[in-house]
Order: sequence, then C-alpha cells, then structure tokens
Amino acid sequence: MAKLISELCELVHPLSVEDYTKQGGFSALEKTFKIPPEDVIKEISDSKLVGRGGAAFPSGIKMNVVAKEQNEIKYVICNADEGEPGTFKDKYLLNHVPFQIIEGMIIAGYAVGAHYGYIYIRGEYPDTHALLKRAIQELKKNQYLGNNIMDSGFNFNIELRAGTGAYVCGEETALIESIEGKGGDPRLKFPYTAVRGLWDKPTLVNNVETLANFCVVMNIGAEKYKMLGTDNSKGTKLFSVSGCVNKKGVYELEFGTSLRELIDTYCGGIEDDKAIKFVQVGGSSGGVFPAHMLDIALDYESFRKYGVGLGSGAVFVADESICIVDFLKATMKFFQHESCGKCTPCREGNRHIVKILDRISEGKGKMNDIKILLSICNAMIETALCGLGQSAPTALLTCIEYFRDEIEEHIHGYCRTGVCKFGKEGY
Amino acid sequence: MELRDQIMGIVDEIGNSEDKLIEILISVQKKSEHHYLSEQSLILIAELLNIPFSKVYGIASFYSMLSTKKRGKYVIQICNSTPCYLYKGKEIVNMFEDILGIKMGEVTQDGLISLEYTSCIGACDQAPAIRVNDRVYGNLDRGKIYKVITSIRRGEL
Repeated sequence: MAKLISELCELVHPLSVEDYTKQGGFSALEKTFKIPPEDVIKEISDSKLVGRGGAAFPSGIKMNVVAKEQNEIKYVICNADEGEPGTFKDKYLLNHVPFQIIEGMIIAGYAVGAHYGYIYIRGEYPDTHALLKRAIQELKKNQYLGNNIMDSGFNFNIELRAGTGAYVCGEETALIESIEGKGGDPRLKFPYTAVRGLWDKPTLVNNVETLANFCVVMNIGAEKYKMLGTDNSKGTKLFSVSGCVNKKGVYELEFGTSLRELIDTYCGGIEDDKAIKFVQVGGSSGGVFPAHMLDIALDYESFRKYGVGLGSGAVFVADESICIVDFLKATMKFFQHESCGKCTPCREGNRHIVKILDRISEGKGKMNDIKILLSICNAMIETALCGLGQSAPTALLTCIEYFRDEIEEHIHGYCRTGVCKFGKEGY
Repeated sequence: MELRDQIMGIVDEIGNSEDKLIEILISVQKKSEHHYLSEQSLILIAELLNIPFSKVYGIASFYSMLSTKKRGKYVIQICNSTPCYLYKGKEIVNMFEDILGIKMGEVTQDGLISLEYTSCIGACDQAPAIRVNDRVYGNLDRGKIYKVITSIRRGEL
C-alpha cells in the first residue's frame, strides 16, 4: 500500500502538535511560505491533482480562478460533509490527522489570498466535530492559526460549522447556503463559487482528502508526486470498503490498482467464500460493476470508458444473496429522501423511479416500465440542477445494462434470491 | 429554567445574526429532553433573531437531524443506506420492532425510546450500525441489541 496522505494516521496523536511536527508536520507549510503564492498554485497545477470529493475537477485550475479574483475578502472552505453512502475516508483522516487537513487549508488560503476558512462538518460526526474544535484551539495556542503564522506575515483563522443531516449539503453551493444559515438548496452553477461563493465572495471549496493532498504535493514536490498513479490519475486515493468483504475499512492505494486486487489482497476476499454479484464504486451515486468486470483499474480514465466516475472512492461489495431490485429500491429511496426539492427533474424523477421499482418488486411491473425508467434517468441526467439529481440514476442505469434479465424476471413474478416476496409475505 | 431564558442564553452565546440560525436550532434541540424543537421554541427563536417564523420552521423541517415532532428520550436511528441496509440491516429493523413493540417512526408508550431511520452515518465498516442519541453502535446482532436496549432502560447510557 502506498501510504502518502494517510501516512501519519495512527502514528501520531491527533491532538499533539509536538507529535505532528516531529513526524514532519507543518514542513509543507514551511515550504509554502518560502515561495510566492503563484508558485504554490503552479506546484499544485503541475502535480495534476484533481478534487477527491467526487467531481475530480483539477485543483490547480480552481485555485487559479480564486487567486485571480480581485477581492479583499476571500474564503477557503473544507467540505467535510461526507454524506455519500459507503464513504468514511474523510472521517478517518479527520479523526487521525486533523492538523494535516488544517495545514492544507492554510496552504490553500496562502495560495489564493484568503485569510478566513470554514470547516463544514456533517452533523452525523459529533465526535469528529468535538475533535476538530479542540484541534483548532491547539493550533491557535501554538500559533499555527491566527496572525503571522510561522513568522510568514500570513494570517489565517478557521471557524467550524456543523451540518445537520442533509446529503445535498455536500454539493458546494448547497453547503455555502447552509453556512449562510439557510436551507441547503443548490444555486445555479454560474457564476462559479470560485467567483461568487460564500456571502458572494470568491470561495475555494475543497474536499478533506484534497486538502490532505496539498500537504503531500508541497512536501514531495509535483515531480515526485506525478510519478505515482497512471497517465491521467496522479497520486493515491482513499477507498472506503464496505459490504461482504472480510476486512472492511479505509485503504490508500495508488491509482491504477485493480478492483479485484483491492478486494482480494487488501480486504482479504469475500466472507464465507461466497461469490461476488456486483461491486458499486463511488457510493450510492456510483456505477455498478458485475463480477466479471472486477479487473477494471481504479483510476479516472478507466471508469470514464464506462461512462461512470470513481466518485468519493466508496466501494460496496455485494454477494449473490443480494437482490438487484431490492438494492435499487434502497438506493433510489435514499435519493428520494435526500432530494432538496428545488428542481423538478430530481424531485419528481426520484419519486417516480421509486414508485416503479416498488411496483416491479411486487410483481406488478410491466415490460414497458424499463423503458420509462430509462427515459426518466436520461431526463434527470440532462436537466437536474445539481450533481445530486444528475448522478442519482447512475446505479439504476448500470444495473439495467448489466442486470436487465434479473429485473425482467421480477416483472414476470420471480426473484432469484427470494428477497422479494411479491405480496406473499409470511409463509 | 424557563424556555425563554434558556433560548436567550443560547442566542447570546452563539450570536443573533441570521447565519447562526442553524447552530442555534442544533443547540436548542440538544437541550431538549425529547430531542425536538417545539413550536414555542421556534417562535421564540424567530422573535429573538428577528426573522419570520416561516423561515425558522422551513430550516427546522429541511434538515433531517432537526425534528419538529416530539421524540423519545433516546432516539434509536437505524441506518438504511445500502451498506447497512443490505448487510443485515433489514433483520435488525425487525429485531428492534419486535423487542420494543413499536414500528419504525413510533415512540414507546413511556416516551423513552423512538425508532427512526437515518441516512448513512459513516459507520459502513461496522454494518449494520445504529446511532443512539450521539453514540454509534456497530456490528449489531440480537444480543447486542438487547444490551443496548437494556442499558437504556436501566438509565446507563
């Protein structure tokens, strides 16, 4: 395992500044302060680092836009609203190396000319929230936050904000609305948050894992960083593995490792030596791969070939006891619940998909239903306002592609796993 | 303490600007014995922040972790996102309903325990997982469920 960003996890006490500096902490910040902000952005751009939250947008480009904005007030936001089902890698980083994430924020602030940062932590992680609160206090006490950090003349402060149970707030504009004290309704994409974000000021929003990567890039340099990974996916990625594997957990792997290797070598294979039915990569908004496709490499370009993304790096492994329709119902009910309701395609699309799937699982489906599902999915992808609605149908579409026969079986009143009872519950 | 005094204290501590509304709602709910925001408290918050009640209610009903309905003293939330739901999650729902004698979404008659679903709580590596108030319990089976419920009933949690 190539440990870069999670190198210090479980090696240092999360709240000991002494531990952290002894293991090389804040050396990235020291290097950052020695060069002008433009060069920091150049280093990040050269490393070809892309955002790790799911959208895989080039970090350097985003930084550049914020840096070029002429505004006295700018903000850096750490997106710690890790709501994608099956994802727990940000929690892992925040619980083990909170200082590294904050160091990444200071580097980002210096690069774009922002002196104020927010960490938006999801309400479901109260322990992490408490830990971050203490981490910020510790860093203030040791003068790594506040005025004139490390005698650089650079000032940076951080405030902590809590989410309270809304998946959509992981979307950056909804997150910003939430920090402003409003409901999490996403904004129109133009202007970008980099131009007009929090309180209409230029705002750099980065995922926790991306911020951790800033420290690595500044430490080892873009040249060395680029040597890791594949042609178009540089560095490493954290994968959160759940489902029926022997060793669930967070694994840091170099891009290009195969899905099979992750499951067999790192996660110790499948429980009770059962057979894999499918693996979903990227959380509930990610694509589904049947067992015969496990040799796919975990990198952005390989996934793009199948029209899906790596997403947050969540890997859910399902064995043959899981019914595909039941799985889709659970997935789509999640999106129906989490849709904010602002735009019609997402609000109504998810509702109708659930209705049709319910019908199919009760044996009341029609062959035409699959066609209707496909047309709803396409409408959502094309017209939904934010990433939630656009990516909600991914699992359904890939399942229709790879498991169409099993869905059709349900329409004919048969469930091969015996999960769907077709109204005959109880015997 | 009077509700008004309590809420005024919270607003004083957090600040009364509009962007602090969510933080205030979280704090007020945390202080409520039954983990909810009563209509009276929402009216008071609207008054103290000088914003319309409809807006306060809108926020309180938008976020899943805020509740405008009275809940139990202990809120058991069962994760129903796929990694838990498909990994024995369905069975533990049945077990909880069976042991407590209530359905999902209901509160026990003594007002002690309520049973709810929650979206992913990031404990997918400990599936099936639940949250009881602020604590997460993972790798649940019938034995562990009995233990959790017994310690709630004995007031040990």
